[in-house]
Amino acid sequence: MLCKGRGRVAAEGFHIKPLEQFELTRLGAVGGSVNFTQANLVMVLGAAMVLALLYYGSRPAAIVPGRLQSAAELAYSFIHDMAVEQIGPEGKRFFPFVFTLFFFVLMGNLLGLIPFGFTYTSHIAVTAALALLVFVIMTGVALMRHGLHFFSYFFPKGVPIFLAPLIVPLEIISYLTRPVSLAIRLFGNMVAGHVMLVVLASFVVMMGSAGALGIVGAAAPLALNVAFMGFELLVAALQAYVFAILTCIYLHDAVHLH
Amino acid sequence: MEEDGDSAGGSFEDRLRAARSRQGMDVPPGQGPLRQEGSSLLGLGVRVVVELVSAVLVAGVIGLYLDRWLHTRPALLIVFIVLGGAAGVLTVWRQLESTMR
Repeated sequence: MLCKGRGRVAAEGFHIKPLEQFELTRLGAVGGSVNFTQANLVMVLGAAMVLALLYYGSRPAAIVPGRLQSAAELAYSFIHDMAVEQIGPEGKRFFPFVFTLFFFVLMGNLLGLIPFGFTYTSHIAVTAALALLVFVIMTGVALMRHGLHFFSYFFPKGVPIFLAPLIVPLEIISYLTRPVSLAIRLFGNMVAGHVMLVVLASFVVMMGSAGALGIVGAAAPLALNVAFMGFELLVAALQAYVFAILTCIYLHDAVHLH
Repeated sequence: MEEDGDSAGGSFEDRLRAARSRQGMDVPPGQGPLRQEGSSLLGLGVRVVVELVSAVLVAGVIGLYLDRWLHTRPALLIVFIVLGGAAGVLTVWRQLESTMR
């Protein structure tokens, strides 16, 4: 509600409302009573699409795969290789987790680019929940594998002991920063991109409504917006990749303690 | 088709591996995991900023609550904000080190 008024830029009767797209609306009577919003709907849709891809992609099990099977196999091996390469042989155990995480984020980013879609990864509540999940799992794995020896992680070997009062707080802060930066990076990238898209699209409408000369002038922001849409596609895939690979790196640290 | 493939040299696995590394799908180990993102300067800048800001943020929150607990306001907040900046630089340094290697 607060953002609604602040994010508005007035320009001769037409308002640019770049933050309106992030507002949640409860869906119907049932949705209203259980707080089921369009974000949750897109989450369910994204999860269903990934499951459908895997189900229909793996059903033929042909030796020469079709398009759907190729996509499913590519998705599988891409994440599998990433997990094994980054974490080591133990990476296989974390493959389901990383796979789920990657495709949940990827679907959120991509479905948001479809007109009238919704980018659930543009809500810090969602990205923070995912990042906290990663944080809890990586700490849990480290504690389970190394027990109390895990706390030696905060004091690297070979550092003079008199530096401990400085190094230990630094390492602890650095460790606690991981989920925060993970959440902010994804959230920030998605919000910035979608705000830019709306602002550029608003320029097109504002110019276009200013008569014949305006329509000519509207071509520039329109072209820019098309190019930006392509860039956003890249960002959507890249951020999902970064989220997954950082998870793998953190899990590597948890498994090996350096 | 198989004969045709064999005449191109090497087993299927070898050719697949060569093709994958040509396409940049297999990042050679030791090249650093974040190479892809780090290759663009804008991405690098965004990463550094996010890392620095969130480190100061986390440290500031820790300092604030420690102050509230120990009634030492604002001494620990100041100390921890400085520590947060240092921790952010440390994180960025480590990431760049593994990227540049």
